[in-house]
Amino acid sequence: MEQSILKLQGIEKKFGDTKVLKGIDLTVEQGEFITLLGPSGCGKTTTLRIISGLEQPDIGNVLLAGEDVTEYAPEKRDVNTVFQNYALFPHMNVYDNIAYGMKIKKMAKAEIQERVVEVLSMVQLSGYEKRMPSQLSGGQKQRVAIARAIVNKPKLLLLDEPLGALDLQLRRQMQVELKRLQKRLGITFIYITHDQEEAINMSSRIVVMRDGILEQVGTPDEIYHHPRTSYVAQFVGNSNIVTGEIIKKEGNLFTVQIGKEQVQLMDNSKKELGEQVAIAIRSENIQIGRQYKNIGLSAIVKEKNFAGGMLRMTLTLKNGKELVASRHGIDADGEEGEEIFCFWEPEQAVLVELSKQTADSLRLGKDWEGKNEKAE
Amino acid sequence: MKRQNRYGLFMSIPMYIFTLVFVLAPLCYMVLLSFLTRAEVWGVVNEITLENYQNIFTPVYIKTFYESLKLACICMVFIILVGYPFGYFMARLSAPWKKRVSMLLMIPFWTSALIRMYGWIIIFRSNGILDKFLMGLGITKQPLKLLYTYPAVVVGMVYALVPFMIFSVYSSAEKMDWSYVEAARDLGASPIKAFFTVTFPLTIPGLMSGIVLTFVPSMGLFFIADILGGNKVVLVGNLIQEQLMKARNWPFAAALSVTLMLLTSVIIWIYRKVAKVKDLEGFY
Repeated sequence: MEQSILKLQGIEKKFGDTKVLKGIDLTVEQGEFITLLGPSGCGKTTTLRIISGLEQPDIGNVLLAGEDVTEYAPEKRDVNTVFQNYALFPHMNVYDNIAYGMKIKKMAKAEIQERVVEVLSMVQLSGYEKRMPSQLSGGQKQRVAIARAIVNKPKLLLLDEPLGALDLQLRRQMQVELKRLQKRLGITFIYITHDQEEAINMSSRIVVMRDGILEQVGTPDEIYHHPRTSYVAQFVGNSNIVTGEIIKKEGNLFTVQIGKEQVQLMDNSKKELGEQVAIAIRSENIQIGRQYKNIGLSAIVKEKNFAGGMLRMTLTLKNGKELVASRHGIDADGEEGEEIFCFWEPEQAVLVELSKQTADSLRLGKDWEGKNEKAE
Repeated sequence: MKRQNRYGLFMSIPMYIFTLVFVLAPLCYMVLLSFLTRAEVWGVVNEITLENYQNIFTPVYIKTFYESLKLACICMVFIILVGYPFGYFMARLSAPWKKRVSMLLMIPFWTSALIRMYGWIIIFRSNGILDKFLMGLGITKQPLKLLYTYPAVVVGMVYALVPFMIFSVYSSAEKMDWSYVEAARDLGASPIKAFFTVTFPLTIPGLMSGIVLTFVPSMGLFFIADILGGNKVVLVGNLIQEQLMKARNWPFAAALSVTLMLLTSVIIWIYRKVAKVKDLEGFY
């Protein structure tokens, strides 16, 4: 079997008294596009800096293509980084910036030139060789930063929120370009973002991080459709979390008691009757009606607002918890203050483990405001 | 916007008046003085002449200018060697240590520079602190007789001027984004290589303004040459002071001053051409 390109084994890191990483284990295969997804302060940048060598782990090992590089200085690792703030050398023009790594390696002038020209055309900046970084726009700086890293043909390219400073339109465009570039080069990408949409769009696998641990590792499909924990469900899918007790189990169909009411869901979990469980339902899968049914929850419409083509309804359940339902269009049953009934198809809800954070403050249906904050 | 401009202009009037009265007027007076003729006993007579400037070109005075430049250059080398690393490492300290170190650098300025120079006499003189220390350790057998020598003047000059270099390098290194160095390391540069390809070029503005800040005064700090050099080291500064205070030749002293000023202006001009920077660190 081919050697994994990167292995992190039990990485722990403390800054002062704060434990930023609490045992990270991750294996990355050649050619993957891995995204580390998580809110500010979850340790994703620190993980990246440990891989690049700019930071040393307190405990644990970093293996690059089978070789233990934990003790190696950054310059000794075949890894390049695209920094969040680009970090283009302000005293060098575009050509010298891109040629920097090759000049350090004392490559032949002709080859350097050839590769700079090639990589500039790859990022669509041909003819910009003589520009200084201060004369470039944000998007152009971003392209130069990417060019400067990929020109060295690293085993691993690390990207620390590379699109964080760009506007939405440019972001979308760069997402497509980055993805294309990665396929063309065949270089393994490790990409950091706090934007779940970006993660789902680009990655072959997503690593959801929280408080210095890996919450879930999986394909975008797994993460989106089968979140392992309530945290992942909320962060990635904007899911609502409700808790209750299993009262019936027929094959994969679970019936869960919440207060005096019952809901159903499909899951191949091994949970047994009588167990307390948490259920995740995405807001767009919650249906609303005026008619009471056997299965479902009654609630009072607390708020209705319309944004971005979606109607969002905040519902207050009998037990006081809140739920968010959303749908396309502006019509929906139920006015503010009215009692309605909400339900969902059993296959659209999943059982999740209750993350500590969610358990602490089970504000159901809470929109994860933190996730769009700019990362540290 | 316009209103604000007018307000700003109004507020800056005191500054213009101050500059006019305390900088421009004395300067004009000095230039005027340099073209007048010395009176028999005291002061000047209003006879315009170029004789003062012609006098400068006599070999003995030319040599003084040359010696001053030479000493300034020698001092500059040591000031850079001490000041640059000091300023650079100071910028790398944690915030509380930065404060402490800059405080330590400031404290000597609370004492007159003259008195600090007398301190060096105590250190340098025969059987002074330095001699006792070295002889006590058995490194030297007899007193070094350092006082009133050229090296003593260099040490005094470097001591007096190095804080200016430290602070200007510091402010430059402090402002530098450390992620540039990380990027360089990431791209394969060793720490030393990263320093010379990234850190050093990015702190040149600080180094250059440090040079201007220290080179210009080092031509004119006559009292250091006087106190630590005895009569052996004569600089332009000493010459001006002597002409003014002892020989009472005001016009000639003025002519020397004007020449020194022109010389240093030329040096700054060359610096700007070479360094291609519009702003000197600290001169905005």
